[in-house]
Amino acid sequence: MSLYEWLLFLHVLAAFLLVAGLAAYGALVLGAGGAAARRALAPPAMALWGAGGIGVLVLGVWLALQVDDYALWDPWIIAAIVLWLVASAAGGRLSSELREDRPGSTRLLLAVMALATFALLVDMVFKPGA
Amino acid sequence: MMLAIIRPDGWNGPLLVHVGGAMALVGALVVVLALAAHGWRRGDDAAALARPTFRVLALGVLPAYVLMRAGAEWIASEEAVGDEAWVGIGYGVSEAGLLLILVATGLAWRTSRRAAGSPGRAVAVIAGVLLVAYLVAIWAMTAKPA
Repeated sequence: MSLYEWLLFLHVLAAFLLVAGLAAYGALVLGAGGAAARRALAPPAMALWGAGGIGVLVLGVWLALQVDDYALWDPWIIAAIVLWLVASAAGGRLSSELREDRPGSTRLLLAVMALATFALLVDMVFKPGA
Repeated sequence: MMLAIIRPDGWNGPLLVHVGGAMALVGALVVVLALAAHGWRRGDDAAALARPTFRVLALGVLPAYVLMRAGAEWIASEEAVGDEAWVGIGYGVSEAGLLLILVATGLAWRTSRRAAGSPGRAVAVIAGVLLVAYLVAIWAMTAKPA
């Protein structure tokens, strides 16, 4: 496998981890199961969302530097970084609200995370301006 | 590095459905694994987790599988793919995976109806096997081995 293929595989894998973290947060915020579900889902949600988020960003930037046709200032890459920042900020706040057990705006934060993540996927597939 | 990274615009829609469905499928399966493994390890939480485990399988994993597979058929028809190895890996994992998903859903349903016990061990093992298989499929879809 070439370096490009490795980077692409790991970048996509990181995106799967990110979505798995989002799914775990979703089940935690929206689902039933009470304290037992919280004990089961909170640690993997935080770990997957964190590892996936870092992996997507680092490997994505590496890919952009590796491929001649991409540049970090391409509109679709700048859009991806902005969306990543929005999703990460919402994820950080949701994580701290859950840790401190103060469910204020957990549903709103989850919706922001989900919309930003979906928009990231659309951006990665359609690559507007590429 | 120069690569054929530009694909026809007509492939983007089906690719979005396929990849989005696959991500939702893996995400929901990770939730199932977390719930089932926790119920298996901590018996006192098992009864409370039986119903959520079944609901995630029925309302998360199965619809995501349909989305992933519909996207796969759609993009396969657009691309007119042949019998390349990576396509075979994808279809093989998808079809065997459906069988395992249905078995896990049946086990979780039976346990949630009894309102006691946990499908934890069997469902956790099935979800773990599925996630390893999907890891191979993700590798095949991205690296596209000849």
